[in-house]
Amino acid sequence: MSSIENVSRRKFLTGGVVVAGALVLGVRYYPKLLSGTTFLRNTNADHAKLNPSVYLGIDPDGTVWIVAGRSEMGTTSRTTLPLIVADELDADWNRVKIEQAVGDKRYGDQNTDGSHSIRSFYDAMREAGATARFMLIQAAAKQWGVPPAECETELHVVVHRSTNRRAGYGDLTRAAAKFPVPTREELKLKPKSAWRYVGKGHVSYDLEALVTGKAIYGMDARADGMVYASVEHPPVIGGKVKSFDDKEALKVAGVHQTVAIDPFQPPPAFQPLGGIAVIADNTWAAFQGRKKLNITWDNGPNETYNSDAYKNELRETSHKPAKVVRNIGDADAVFAKGGKVHEADYYVPLLAHASMEPMVALAEFKDGKATLWAPTQNPQAVQDIVSQQLGIAKEDVICHVTLLGGGFGRKSKPDYVAEAAVLSKKVGRPVKVVWTREDDIKFDYYNAVAAMYMKAALGSNGKPTAWLQRSAFPPITSTFDVNAVYGDPVHLQQGWTDIPYDLPNLRVENGPAKAHVRIGWLRSVANIYHAFAIQCFTDELAHAAGRDPLDYLLDLIGEPRTIDFKGVEYPNYGASLDAYPWETGRLRHVTEMVAEKSGWGKRKHSKGSGVGIAAHRSFLSYVATVVEVEVNDQGEVRIPRVDTVLDAGLVVNPEATRAQFEGAAVFGASVVRSGEITVTKGAIDQSNFQDYPVARIAEAPSQTNVYIVDSDTPPAGVGEPGVPPFVAAFCNAIFAATGKRVRDLPIAKLGLT
Amino acid sequence: MIQLKVNGADQSFSGDSEMPLLWYLRDVLGMTGSKFGCGVGLCGACTVHVNGQAKRSCITAMRDTAGKEITTVEGIEMNGLHPVQKAWMQINVPQCGYCQVGQIMQAAALLSTKKNPTNQEIDEAMSGNICRCGTYQRIRAAIKAAAEEMT
Repeated sequence: MSSIENVSRRKFLTGGVVVAGALVLGVRYYPKLLSGTTFLRNTNADHAKLNPSVYLGIDPDGTVWIVAGRSEMGTTSRTTLPLIVADELDADWNRVKIEQAVGDKRYGDQNTDGSHSIRSFYDAMREAGATARFMLIQAAAKQWGVPPAECETELHVVVHRSTNRRAGYGDLTRAAAKFPVPTREELKLKPKSAWRYVGKGHVSYDLEALVTGKAIYGMDARADGMVYASVEHPPVIGGKVKSFDDKEALKVAGVHQTVAIDPFQPPPAFQPLGGIAVIADNTWAAFQGRKKLNITWDNGPNETYNSDAYKNELRETSHKPAKVVRNIGDADAVFAKGGKVHEADYYVPLLAHASMEPMVALAEFKDGKATLWAPTQNPQAVQDIVSQQLGIAKEDVICHVTLLGGGFGRKSKPDYVAEAAVLSKKVGRPVKVVWTREDDIKFDYYNAVAAMYMKAALGSNGKPTAWLQRSAFPPITSTFDVNAVYGDPVHLQQGWTDIPYDLPNLRVENGPAKAHVRIGWLRSVANIYHAFAIQCFTDELAHAAGRDPLDYLLDLIGEPRTIDFKGVEYPNYGASLDAYPWETGRLRHVTEMVAEKSGWGKRKHSKGSGVGIAAHRSFLSYVATVVEVEVNDQGEVRIPRVDTVLDAGLVVNPEATRAQFEGAAVFGASVVRSGEITVTKGAIDQSNFQDYPVARIAEAPSQTNVYIVDSDTPPAGVGEPGVPPFVAAFCNAIFAATGKRVRDLPIAKLGLT
Repeated sequence: MIQLKVNGADQSFSGDSEMPLLWYLRDVLGMTGSKFGCGVGLCGACTVHVNGQAKRSCITAMRDTAGKEITTVEGIEMNGLHPVQKAWMQINVPQCGYCQVGQIMQAAALLSTKKNPTNQEIDEAMSGNICRCGTYQRIRAAIKAAAEEMT
């Protein structure tokens, strides 16, 4: 490989391109041939004797270093992506060591959200492993004087069968490193029959550390000379400090000083919220000092925001003609004819993430550079915001990614990391910012509150002859653009514009809504409220028609076909419709399969008990779920059983995938049972788990059975797609058990007694 | 001056006696296995054993630890893994793992008094421990597996 080629690759890579093309090049990027290149942080993989990829290095002792570029928050991406590399390398998993990457664009997109770690990096990981295997084979073949084509690999060794010669990977590294990195075309990827790990999976690389308390989360990061900070933020978003008195705070033992943080300039994006920080010897002293602050706030324009009134506004908006985002036929003409019509209003409030680890970050600003240790889903966004906030180059921001104590989308938004960086610069020491649970609940980027108006004209067989659905919700884009009020295609696609029913007349609309809190993405995002409205409305129509909800749902899904998105702005989760077409047959298949697995229509349900069904595609995966509920005389709801079937294409780690769907059911149970953030005069009413309860062990499903469709289609998402159909199926089950229709979440306010 | 034992070792503490045990363990002793989740005893992530009983260290003031024996995850088993930890690995319970140390300490305390807990007894004993990733059904299975192992 000539140096010219390498330089051109380098230029390409440093051009800020983070699309798939750059990733593929990144895999074969060979830093050893580039003199003078400096990285933000060299990894052991970079230093290894054989290092054909930014993701992979092999040392003479046979140790395989694999770099995890994506964050670990419990989905096992830190394990599962390296498994793909190890498989294609024919590496012994026991000799693999995983290193967590710092934020660095050379790894491609590191924003671990959107359920796309496997989908976006599957090819890149395979190529990284195959590249090293190719070079090891070349080295062995040369050593033995045989053609490379006669050599193959077994576990961690190259073999030449006819002469019965074997060489361990470690022993070959020096010789292999002298060979050029092969091109993509030269690589031979393993056939499925030879896969060791892909499709079989593995438990987390960190499993033992997780059960022994040795795992290091952001909360556990330490640095020499570090002080602790707790920040009193403006209670209303966009507010600022009018005046403050810290005399009493400074009297608290262990408190060093207070520091004012500037309010953000709208839009908020990932800027710190501003406020007064208390700096102390330990976390407790910082918390105590903060309680003694006396602050007068200027609450700003959002002080007029009340969530009760806003709910009515959203509902009114959803009743008025709005922006048409998809249209088939002429629904209005059908409605104008009169006849039987069914209408319903659905509502989902603001939701908080409430990851078990509150927001926390450790920052050290020294000699013009910032070093951070943070539980972040998005270390490159950390680099961006910290460089902006401190006025330093992005390359001078080193973001180490710790394990995350949950993320669910919240930790993609690094306002808390920027806060630590700003404080370290002001204090001149390493600062660890620790948010309380109250901070976490009150200063979240909430999943949008949403109102959905649904209307169907019904034919003689109870099937819709026309369908109108209209939503209104403050869009996520408002966090980045103060003028944004309409849903953007990225979020309207999430179960709204892609309603999969075979309908002759369909109109999908979206109305405007202004945000008064920070809106952000939360596990499955807009799919939650969209699937809730569509799948529960479907259940309503089935009952109105006197039909079995499963049969009716299948009838609406119709015959297998590929949805035509002509005239619709449909981003398809960033994937091409050629590689990932929207196939109703797959949705139909998971629906039929879950009916069979759950014994739909075959099980007897006693009084107060019932089942509900829902089906939904999100993050390119097709999922159908049946939920069984029991409601007693006190109105207490139990969930004895959940059955869920998913078609996520090729599933690399089935065990981890089952765990994701078990967890999604619990996450969905929290949404339905109790998830609600309300706002009074611009300030969040909830504060901790007593008023923002999440499902505890007895409130979670007792048993969730997960079935994975065997598929060779490209991999799709598994972290998020379990939530939306669970939410709708749970609500449909409550109707089956009690006759009470859930249209407003959460059910805590339904009054089931 | 407060004298206490942490994982068998004598310790003394002369700071703010109102400071919760959790922050003493984490910030003073540097034992970070016990986690901060809510600060008010609602989530169980900070669970440790005080004289063998499961307690929320985030609401246990240092003054109430005088003369007590504290066991944290760092000291739950001096030789290898505790049967509950082994069961947690066997059933592959953790997702993010942040709450799991607290869950394990709570489960170990349960099994020290109830050899074969029923589902209902498990649910009651574990009701104070939140897992936002939703690993509850595996927690239940792991407690049963550990119970079997320990008898």
